[in-house]
Amino acid sequence: MSADTIPITIELAGGLELLFDNEKKFNIDLPTKTKDGNAANINYLVDHLCVHHMKDTRRDMFEINGTVRAGILVLINDADWELEGEGEYELQPKDTILFVSTLHGG
Amino acid sequence: MEKFSLGSENLDLRIRIAELERELADYRSGAVANSTTNGHATHGLDGEDEEDEEEEELPTPEDQDDKAVRLDLDEFRRYGRQMIMTEVGLDGQLQLKRSKVLLIGAGGLGCPAAAYLAGAGIGTIGIVDHDLVEPSNLHRQIMHTVEKVGHPKVKSIISSLKRINPNPKYIAHNYALTPENSIETLGKYDLVLDCTDSPQTRYMISDACVLLGKPLVSASALRSDGQLVVLNNPPGEGPCYRCVFPKPPPPESVLSCGEGGVLGPVVGAMGVLMSTEALKVLLSKADKKKRRKPAHLSPDIRPADAKDAPKKEESLEQKKFYMTIYSAFSDTPFRTIRMFGKRKTCQACSPVATITKESMRNGSLDYVAFCGGKGSGKYPPLTKDEVINVEEYSKLRQNKEGGLLIDVRDDVQFGICALENSISKKFGLNRLPLA
Repeated sequence: MSADTIPITIELAGGLELLFDNEKKFNIDLPTKTKDGNAANINYLVDHLCVHHMKDTRRDMFEINGTVRAGILVLINDADWELEGEGEYELQPKDTILFVSTLHGG
Repeated sequence: MEKFSLGSENLDLRIRIAELERELADYRSGAVANSTTNGHATHGLDGEDEEDEEEEELPTPEDQDDKAVRLDLDEFRRYGRQMIMTEVGLDGQLQLKRSKVLLIGAGGLGCPAAAYLAGAGIGTIGIVDHDLVEPSNLHRQIMHTVEKVGHPKVKSIISSLKRINPNPKYIAHNYALTPENSIETLGKYDLVLDCTDSPQTRYMISDACVLLGKPLVSASALRSDGQLVVLNNPPGEGPCYRCVFPKPPPPESVLSCGEGGVLGPVVGAMGVLMSTEALKVLLSKADKKKRRKPAHLSPDIRPADAKDAPKKEESLEQKKFYMTIYSAFSDTPFRTIRMFGKRKTCQACSPVATITKESMRNGSLDYVAFCGGKGSGKYPPLTKDEVINVEEYSKLRQNKEGGLLIDVRDDVQFGICALENSISKKFGLNRLPLA
């Protein structure tokens, strides 16, 4: 970890872990800036996860139109991302980002 | 009285017991009067082994919409352990008896939820399901038994529930819920539990609850994960299913328990939690004031309670909404996450809503299409000549014309059974779209 990266924790639930080789929780060092020099936000994180961490080839099971697909809840430190500005939320060191797929079984 | 040696909690409990005993005495005289007109109460006390019939309408109080609901002596005995809780009390128990609860789905969620609601003494319990009991249900759908395989689930569950508690009135809705019949079906109940298993029914049930002003307890489970949320609670104030999930998930991402698998106790735990939430919603309607300070107890006997009461009222003002998620194999299996709340542009529950009772009744709302339907997903469905049935393929193999067989299921399923000489090449989430 250097000053150019932010340490964050990623958690996956509701079956999304299957896209990430069954890993439910892992730490990553996310670059602080995007290629264009913008601060790293959730949408950037989603792309970063697809490129560097997702093992399943079907990117559209996680990302559609530059953000998470419908049917995935994003929790920033246990609060709905809509309370925090959704995809525009700029990540802070030690944030925990939880991606939960909605379930329908019963 | 040895009250000086008792902790304050014990004292509290004693007061509560004394209070209930006094009520019991009051009601005992009422129960005697009841039993002479009813002719049923006398043998209801001891001889409890007369259950075999499944169709009969139980002689429980009809349409209890007024305060005339009473408890019999055996009901005091049966519900005593929950009645002595301050959260319940006599008024709470009467409120439960007055309540009409509908469970949609008699499966992995519906079975445990219904069992606890029946046990708690809900007055009327309706159950909607059109399926038959199958052997693959039994590992988790705990109200169904081996003898009931092949029977309608609603009949099976009701016969089990009667064994737990014969008092409630049970209503079987042995049909599938549709947009056309949902308003009619849900309209007769006070509270709805969504124990179904597909996105389209979840949107449909939520819409109907919003239109009818009914609170909705909704849960779901798959594999080792579960989710629980109370919606439209209080009606008009809490978010609905569409507020939480405005857009349905792409159909290729949706897995049922049959496709993805599910651990029995995981879905069971979610069903049990649903029943707790249901009881909380119903008890909140009971006359709190009366429950907390019964008329024959002067307020100064329980000063602690008097202080508590106003605080609870205030907290209603800034109500926040939460979802509970359960991930059985995680280090922190239970988590409660704070939800965004009601959406200003919601199609169902906002001032700009477009969904109406009429559009549900006349069937113009197509939930299957809204959720992507079968075959409208990203991958085109297989055509008939792209599919081969097992008998045909078996013949081909016998003639050594089986070709190269690639098994696209995941490693676990491949490990359970696989055809000889097949090659395992797992294909993503183990899902191929079929026509």
